[in-house]
Amino acid sequence: MSGATVLVRPGSYHDSVTLMRVSRAVSALPGVEVAMVAMATALNVSIIEELGFAVPEAGPGDLLVAVRADDPRAAVEEAERHLSAAHRPQAAPEEQRPLTTRSAATAAEDAGLVLVSTPGEHAFAEAYDAIEAGRHVMIFSDGVPVAQERRLKELAEARGVLVMGPDCGTAVIAGAGLGFANVLSPGPVGVVAASGTGAQQVTCLLDRAGAGVSHVLGVGGRDLSAEVGGLSTVRALRMLDDDPGTELIVLVSKPPAPEVARAVRELPLRTPVVPALLREGGTDLTEAAEQALRLLGRPVPEWPAWPAWRGARPAAKRVTGLYSGGTLAAEAALITGSRDIVDFGDDAYTRGRAHPMIDPALRVEALATAGESDVVLMDVVLGHAADPDPAASLAHAVARSPATVVVALIGTEGDPQDLHRQAAAFREAGAAVFTSNAQAARHARSLL
Amino acid sequence: MTGLLDTPPRVITVGAGLFDEALRAQAVPTVPVEWRPPLPGTGEALATVLADPRRRAANELAVGRLLSARPQLVGVRRAAEVLPVRTFLHAGPPITWERASGPMRGALIGAMLLEGLAADADEAADRLAEGAVELRPCHEHAAVGPMAGVVSPSMWLLEVHDAEHGGTAYCSLNEGLGKVLRYGAYGPEVLERLRWMDRVLGPALAAALGRTGPIDLRALMAQALQMGDELHNRNRAATSLLLRALAPAVVEAAPGEAAAVLRFIDGNDHFFLNAGMAAAKVSTDAARDVPGSTLVVAMARNGTDFGVQVSGLGGRWFTGPAGVPDGLYLGSYGPGDANPDIGDSTITETAGLGGFAMAAAPAIVRFVGGEVADAVKATRSMYEIALAEHPAYQIPGLGFRGTPVGIDVTLVARTGLPPVVNTGIAGRVAGTGQVGAGLVRPPVEAFTSALTALADASPQRP
Repeated sequence: MSGATVLVRPGSYHDSVTLMRVSRAVSALPGVEVAMVAMATALNVSIIEELGFAVPEAGPGDLLVAVRADDPRAAVEEAERHLSAAHRPQAAPEEQRPLTTRSAATAAEDAGLVLVSTPGEHAFAEAYDAIEAGRHVMIFSDGVPVAQERRLKELAEARGVLVMGPDCGTAVIAGAGLGFANVLSPGPVGVVAASGTGAQQVTCLLDRAGAGVSHVLGVGGRDLSAEVGGLSTVRALRMLDDDPGTELIVLVSKPPAPEVARAVRELPLRTPVVPALLREGGTDLTEAAEQALRLLGRPVPEWPAWPAWRGARPAAKRVTGLYSGGTLAAEAALITGSRDIVDFGDDAYTRGRAHPMIDPALRVEALATAGESDVVLMDVVLGHAADPDPAASLAHAVARSPATVVVALIGTEGDPQDLHRQAAAFREAGAAVFTSNAQAARHARSLL
Repeated sequence: MTGLLDTPPRVITVGAGLFDEALRAQAVPTVPVEWRPPLPGTGEALATVLADPRRRAANELAVGRLLSARPQLVGVRRAAEVLPVRTFLHAGPPITWERASGPMRGALIGAMLLEGLAADADEAADRLAEGAVELRPCHEHAAVGPMAGVVSPSMWLLEVHDAEHGGTAYCSLNEGLGKVLRYGAYGPEVLERLRWMDRVLGPALAAALGRTGPIDLRALMAQALQMGDELHNRNRAATSLLLRALAPAVVEAAPGEAAAVLRFIDGNDHFFLNAGMAAAKVSTDAARDVPGSTLVVAMARNGTDFGVQVSGLGGRWFTGPAGVPDGLYLGSYGPGDANPDIGDSTITETAGLGGFAMAAAPAIVRFVGGEVADAVKATRSMYEIALAEHPAYQIPGLGFRGTPVGIDVTLVARTGLPPVVNTGIAGRVAGTGQVGAGLVRPPVEAFTSALTALADASPQRP
């Protein structure tokens, strides 16, 4: 007997990524038609209503469990089992876990870094606590107003700490990967990045070439704008300049505001800096990695690529991009000249749902609607925290898509997803696979 | 902090559990924060208030004054010396006769009868309804009063002086338990006791304190916490200590009445409560009026509204409906007999005592509904919303950690944790008296509306 049920659990908070995983796990159960476990934000309530459920009165602090299944009660129990498992990762039973960054910092004097990934509207308070406590902070959250960013970075200047972000997708500090981070061998190149996926592309290529990376310091996409004035970029460059393990710095960014660019250029640094500034006719990310290798006196290898076993359809008329990384999408747009490059990692797509590096749903949908005359260019980003097996959902969608598909596979040999297995899966599905996004984009253009 | 790049860091993670898991999968040690969204509708005000450049220094100054206050019991005075004419004081934020609850009305009626302003309860009620007496909050006259907190001219007040900052605060003398004016009872035995307190107890204490000189309440309260009081619902140790300090002087000053006076104090485990409240009041008053400070300097209830005052916002009250306490009931009374929360005794929690010091008082944890572990948990959770730990008021069971002190409205909004408040429960019907004791949850809107006002008063919005 099938039935639908919506339960409200007042005041039970879980983050959206955890809830998405629970939703997915419950949906995959036999006999479950649809399951959505989500906080009762206006957006989520409307989604659940669109699925045909009647949602009782609830606020954004309440948890909703909506299930349509042969045995809804069993499905709800399964959801609750997942939720309680998610909420008990460790910590001695007597110890209360801290409720704010402030109290965590008081309890853990030796924690030098804070990683903030709350919804953007609430990131300010936690980041502020971190800086007030004299800790460095990485703000993964996006959607933080620029005035708040400016205020945080001014305070950080006064306290002598680094603010990475907001919207800082990746960082690697002394081998520890934060956010979406690839497994990189240690080496002489330090990276300062206003772009997460830009930094991932450059460091994955350097890793491939055997050069290795000392640290990757993110600064957030707006740091080099006139409003923010490059405060974090300057501090990050100085930190890498003082780091004995860093011989060369790669600076990855969109073109900075002119006065900020000047200030950065005039910094007295001992360490050479290779800029990778995405602009028309400028250096692409792959070229920046190659320049860095040449400066280090290392050979530039062939970047691994695997051609498609099926050729382009003769009717190929346009390149469309389905990206999870903003800078990779921008690079693809510059190289292909296409106006149909979509960045699914943009705020507009991630509000109220997980990042496309974790949640393939939107791109799976887009692949299904692509036509025979499309060349679909897409990135697949591996590493810590990313989808543990992106090929499982995306390669399947590629195989079913009538379009010609070109994949930029951003990852390293050390990444948990297994770079070669992922490449093989996308090839088997009919895609051409490149480890350089720039090469993938040029290939896509050449198919027209 | 330098040296970020030298070794893999230990990372505090706040937000998506995925990133905490990813770090632990790399064997990077983490400290996960159990983050939840702030109270609904507070996000914008929080960002504004947190970014107020005055906040940090203002809170340091304000809470520093609260922590450094040195309350001393210096005397007792007849309220007639302190009160404006034709004025009664009452607990909590301002209230009119029309909105006053049963126990508040009962206590006001009792005060009218005590002062000879009415012949019987009906006449007293009529005269109060006409506005024959002005009703003002204790807090506006440097005073506090437990439960109804009604003060009329012929009641005596404990006078507590802050030897550090020079402030003075007053609180009435505690009448004992059962049928008493502060719980809204006004029968003959209530009035008779009050008359005895006016005629005998007040003058004897005044003379005794003249002999002892100032009694250091900070030291006395620090000792009482180590003897199992939390100084709101348990005052047995503090009362004993005060009795020891006073007894010889009472005998010398009023030999004829000494036995009756000492027996009265000894017979009331809560005799010290009022002295502790005045000590808390003089300490929190020292922290008032620091522009930009988000520190709560008063929490008080009048039986209808729960109100808070904040250091950076002067004498403004921010209120929400007073809740009904959850606790144990005397005899055959039950929750249906309970009045909504009432009294200024929440000044103890405001000063880091009472519910905030529950872990110090395992003897009363069952009385306020729970086990020892719940008491420890209550105190520990209050560190999340407190700006500091008290240097003198310590809890032996927590390794002599200072009590959490100094409620920050931004932290209440961020954690969604309202202050833990211990309280007595008054009967709903005027004249009933006490029906129980327990814990009460303050309404969060009192704190969130204060936060909004702080944002409006901020010099810049981020």
